[in-house]
Amino acid sequence: MTTDINLSQTGRNSLVLLRILIGWHFLYEGVLKLYNPAWTSKAYLSSAELLTPLFQWLSGDGMIHLVDNLNIFSLMVVGLSLLLGYFERVGSIFGICLLVMYYLAHPALPGASQAGTEGSYWIINKNLIEAAALFVLYQMPTGTYFGLQSLKKNLLNPKTK
Amino acid sequence: MSEDKKSNWSRRDLLKGIAGVPIVGSVWWAGASKGVNNTQARDSILKTLNINASPPPPSGPMAGDPIKIGIIGFGIRGPQLCRALGFGQKSWLASMAEAAKKNPKDTRLSSFLEQEHLNVHITAICDLFDVRAQDAIDSFSTDEVKVQRFGTHQELVESDVVDAVIIATPDHWHAPIAIAALQAGKHVYVEKPMTHNIKETYALKDVVEASNVVFQVGHQHRQTQSFLTAQDVVKKNILGHVSLIQANTNRNDDNGAWQYPIHEKANPNTIDWKQFIGNAPMVPFNPEHFFRWRKWWAYGSGLSGDLMSHDYDRVNCILKMGIPSSVVASGGIYTHKDGRNVPDVMQVNMEFPDFSTGSSQAAGKEKGMTMVYSATLGNQYGRTTAFMGHDATMEVGNSLTIYADGKSTKFKEKIVSEEMDPNVPIYQYDPASGSVDGVTSATAKYFADKGLLWTYRDGKRVDSTHLHVREWLSCIRNGGTPSCNIKEGFEEAMTSHMGGLSYKLGRRIDWDQAKQEIVQVEGYDLDEALLEDKEKIV
Repeated sequence: MTTDINLSQTGRNSLVLLRILIGWHFLYEGVLKLYNPAWTSKAYLSSAELLTPLFQWLSGDGMIHLVDNLNIFSLMVVGLSLLLGYFERVGSIFGICLLVMYYLAHPALPGASQAGTEGSYWIINKNLIEAAALFVLYQMPTGTYFGLQSLKKNLLNPKTK
Repeated sequence: MSEDKKSNWSRRDLLKGIAGVPIVGSVWWAGASKGVNNTQARDSILKTLNINASPPPPSGPMAGDPIKIGIIGFGIRGPQLCRALGFGQKSWLASMAEAAKKNPKDTRLSSFLEQEHLNVHITAICDLFDVRAQDAIDSFSTDEVKVQRFGTHQELVESDVVDAVIIATPDHWHAPIAIAALQAGKHVYVEKPMTHNIKETYALKDVVEASNVVFQVGHQHRQTQSFLTAQDVVKKNILGHVSLIQANTNRNDDNGAWQYPIHEKANPNTIDWKQFIGNAPMVPFNPEHFFRWRKWWAYGSGLSGDLMSHDYDRVNCILKMGIPSSVVASGGIYTHKDGRNVPDVMQVNMEFPDFSTGSSQAAGKEKGMTMVYSATLGNQYGRTTAFMGHDATMEVGNSLTIYADGKSTKFKEKIVSEEMDPNVPIYQYDPASGSVDGVTSATAKYFADKGLLWTYRDGKRVDSTHLHVREWLSCIRNGGTPSCNIKEGFEEAMTSHMGGLSYKLGRRIDWDQAKQEIVQVEGYDLDEALLEDKEKIV
């Protein structure tokens, strides 16, 4: 994995900052849910306004336990990959998938109710913006510059004077 | 990078490589602490409250020979009760299939089809409008069982083709038909309000008590899970001394104001007008009176009997406080000036000075409660039903929410330690949080929010009327007493009549607990006043 776009140091640092902020958000959401057994996505999914049959199926009694665990696991994997700078492109894809699912369940489309959200949105909401930011991170990984990926690279290719 | 910088890579790059690790640790610690704290606080509150929200065991088995049911009254409520028995009109089934096709969230048809089979036959119908009677015959007759039409309720209740009757007629026919059926040895399920006047309330009570058949009044919310949970909340004295209860009706559409459609085939040849009038004053044929009977005291019971009876029984099934010692009501016809003589705005204050829900305070502060019923048919703002206690406030509908009171004695320590926040529910029971309900009209939403349409068993939506009818059938098959028997019906009917009388007479109406009667008001025949137009009472 390389940073194959010519960026200034400020540009690279900005991307690292973005990566850490998003990773922070994902990991915190995942850990909070992990330590709160009463949490479930059932209400969020079962009240979906788009692709209703799919989300109703996912929120059904037979599926919801698996869906909740997968959600927690994915949130943490994305958070860890971005914060640690390791397999961050895989993490970014996972994160985009999660956010798109969240968006599709309750899209910010005109006419759709957006109960439980703060702020005002028209088509674009925070889920979509965060997904777009992850797409940027996918295109421009910084793990080889700041993160475990750089450590791995340096260990495998030690530099000499 | 310069050659000099390259020589420093190992230490700086090591730091850059592992810089994310302490962030991971910090975020993990913060999330875990918050999650554990939330869980501990939740567990601690739930342990303190110790509320049992588990559903009750189902009423007994439905095995044995099918029970033969006669339906008396097949207007709006009659077909709903038939669906609760497992019989849907052909037209209803078709419209529900269409609705489900258009909106996958509309589960009314699937819920109906998944309903438990109650092992009953609808064998007889009595409706005074030919079109409705024929609809029942066409919809419910099978190769095995042909639905038989009877011209009068008397013939139906005396027939061998029925074991039990469901009465869903206008209010002025409830008691006469129920009494006739009980005297004929038939089990009775009668819609609310149980009676239309005071005299027949005593008469029906006497007949039920002298009979050995099963009698149930149609207050189906008694099967709603949130109300059963609320009974446990009160039993465990979580609310402390409840001093005030507010219950409300807010509806703002034609259906909610009883302005029902008039059938195009309604005429003196298709409607048995004389029988419809019954014990009401005779007037010339008037289809509006037939289809919109709730708008007149002669046939209906106004807001006090039609809708307050629900709210009163919703509270009575939780608190079992009985008949109020006095009632003061007011109101008027302010929105629907369409010839009706029942009010469309009404407030009824019911006093229970000796009633106690328990207390956490020093002796002397534990007694006395007012229930305020406030209604308008000109606005549909959703006011909740609230039980307001010294220690907590409980909102009850299809869901149940409890808030600790900021000045509670019982929860003082938990509020000071911020374990409880008076602005955040300390308990919430929302069986619908895992499923979606199709509510199709403002009036349906009004009923659903009150827990009058459906409830939940094992995560599945179930028609609460189905459970109420099932309980009645179970008592017929297996013995036992239904949850809304004559005692509860008597209390509901008398309280409703007190509300109506207070509105009519413009004065306080008292209940004599020892004599079990409404205290006579000099100069008035209370039964006459109850049925008369307010303006005509001198």
